[in-house]
Amino acid sequence: MTHLLAALLSLGAFALLAGVVLAVAQRVFHIEGDPMVDKIDSMLPQTQCGQCGYPGCKPYANAVASGAAEVNHCVPGGERVMLQIADLMGVEPKAVEEEAAAPMLAFVREDECIGCTLCIKACPVDAIVGAPKQYHTVIVDQCTGCMLCVEPCPVDCIDMLVKPELLEHWAWPLPDTRRAAVGHERRGHHAGHA
Amino acid sequence: MPAMLRTLAQKLGMMAHGFHGGVHPHERKLTAGMPIEDCPLAPLYIVPLKQHIGEACTPLVAVGDKVLRGQKIARAEGYVSVPLHAPTSGTVVKIEEHPVVHPSGMSMPCVFIEADGLDEEDHSLERMTNWRDLDAAVLRERVRMCGIAGLGGAVFPTFIKLVQDKKNPIQTLVLNGIECEPYLTNDHQMMLEQAEEVLQGMAIIMHMVGAESGIIAIEDNKSDAARVMRQALAENSELAHVHVAVLPTRYPQGSEKQLIYSLTGKEVPAGKLPLHVGVICQNVGTAKAIRDAVLLGKPLTERLVTVSGDAMPRPANLRVRLGLTLRYVFAQRGLEDFENIQILHGGPMMGERLRIPDVPVIKSSIGLLAMHQDTVMQAHPAEQPCIRCGHCSQACPAALVPNLMADHCRNEQFDKAEAYNLFDCIECGACSYVCPSNIPLVQYFRYGKGQIAQLRREHDFAEASRQRFDARDARLAREKAEKAARRSRVRKELAPAPDKDTTTKVEKSTNDKAEES
Repeated sequence: MTHLLAALLSLGAFALLAGVVLAVAQRVFHIEGDPMVDKIDSMLPQTQCGQCGYPGCKPYANAVASGAAEVNHCVPGGERVMLQIADLMGVEPKAVEEEAAAPMLAFVREDECIGCTLCIKACPVDAIVGAPKQYHTVIVDQCTGCMLCVEPCPVDCIDMLVKPELLEHWAWPLPDTRRAAVGHERRGHHAGHA
Repeated sequence: MPAMLRTLAQKLGMMAHGFHGGVHPHERKLTAGMPIEDCPLAPLYIVPLKQHIGEACTPLVAVGDKVLRGQKIARAEGYVSVPLHAPTSGTVVKIEEHPVVHPSGMSMPCVFIEADGLDEEDHSLERMTNWRDLDAAVLRERVRMCGIAGLGGAVFPTFIKLVQDKKNPIQTLVLNGIECEPYLTNDHQMMLEQAEEVLQGMAIIMHMVGAESGIIAIEDNKSDAARVMRQALAENSELAHVHVAVLPTRYPQGSEKQLIYSLTGKEVPAGKLPLHVGVICQNVGTAKAIRDAVLLGKPLTERLVTVSGDAMPRPANLRVRLGLTLRYVFAQRGLEDFENIQILHGGPMMGERLRIPDVPVIKSSIGLLAMHQDTVMQAHPAEQPCIRCGHCSQACPAALVPNLMADHCRNEQFDKAEAYNLFDCIECGACSYVCPSNIPLVQYFRYGKGQIAQLRREHDFAEASRQRFDARDARLAREKAEKAARRSRVRKELAPAPDKDTTTKVEKSTNDKAEES
């Protein structure tokens, strides 16, 4: 009988101790939100364009992390972002269906703008300045080219222009040797059919 | 000699320090010993608004303005920048985009000046003949004002290096007369013809940075220049602690960090400046330009250019005004047909291949080479697989592992390439030169560096966008909460009604208000 009691008591005490330690650990090492979401979010290009079907990059990151969305829906991120996310999530890469367009910039034709502020409200990154009944204009350095401002404009005075290539941002191409080209093709092949 | 023995010998002081690796390409100094000639003036000058490392300039002149030679025509923007000056007197005819010296063949805004042929000079800057009594800061401002950037080819704004830093006092000034690239001879010729001026410039720099000693570094293939400089030093009582060091000819000896190591045995750490080891390095051409700026009040409007190459009919060392087109300069030496000719800007090892000769001479134009297409092509036949011979590592002056770095760049594993210190590569081309498989290693490194810079830029932009998106979200949420709070406050103010009849009325008006807001 005493043996049984001792076993029950010692096991019970041990369980209690473990419970306390676990409870404390949960408080001390508590992490706000899903760390996976932040990691995925930091890989996304943050255009906030909504082409993935979610209202911004963070919601898409949430959906991917919870398994609700595939890894291949980010159009501006293209293959590179898809591969990074697939690698992080430990899933098979999938081909990106839509081809990413060249980087664009919104441009307001100021003499046609009526100052309705609808585009300002639509801009996900606050890159349009203006006030009611004043011309609006796009801050070129901050425009992500998401095109969300084009549709709400009642007078169609917003153009999407191809982002100009700057001399300072020019980068050397791959050397034009056969080996470099073959390697490049092979990588594209792997990513496309994996 | 095996590397270990060499290190031992150096440690025991039995052998001069030498930088790691290096190559010895054919020198082909066709213009060695040819006296400096003046390139004739032309009717049109094109001045690109960025000719140095750093920020581009803002033009100060408008179309139709008359300018004098040496007049400031563009203002420096930001700290790492120097102003630009008119290369001759004339009229500004337009300011527009024009192709410039750049591997991409892209354009940049340029000031076009039509010469009036008088070549009148702007004399607004006084001569500082009393520079010995002047404060270093005054001289430094003069050097900045005169638009001087490193004339050895890197064009880093010179005034930035000319500081007296209490934490890192400068002991030694190294005057770089190495000129290790094949074909180039303009520094050589300047030392032969203008030794006196170069030494004056050197004395000014030493006064500015408070250096006690100086070294004039010359390679042993220019022993005549070493002799002339030694003679000039002997006649100059002021520069007692300056000596001429003759180094064995080896490329890339003229690279700043390698040269400092060869001369002093001090290694400049990655990401640091020579200043941090108490040394400052200036090109002989820059020293002469500093002397002209201080003693004569002359801004930088011309430079020495070696016009050479195996397709050049009459190679020469020319004194060329900045802004003349390459086509014009080549024509002065008998080259007018550019069929099957590749133009190089700079030396053959590090120079840029240009697509058209209609770009202007700028501050970094150390040499203009016209090469037969065949000779250039010979240097770049098809790439073969790496056979792991290790010659590239032995030749690398930065002691890197080029073959592995190139593999990682080719396979777009940029983080791995960076882990092999890709950014310590000085792009000297020694590895490509020795590679038996003809792998264009430097092109791979440039590709990798460019892609990494691109990725960083994109990442920074994404991060800034994300912050703005989050800020907007927070703002919208705050506005919504404020609105809700206002609504409930209004409802509370109007809600308590003693009479039962009025209650329905008040409720109705509250609802109206809520709808309005």
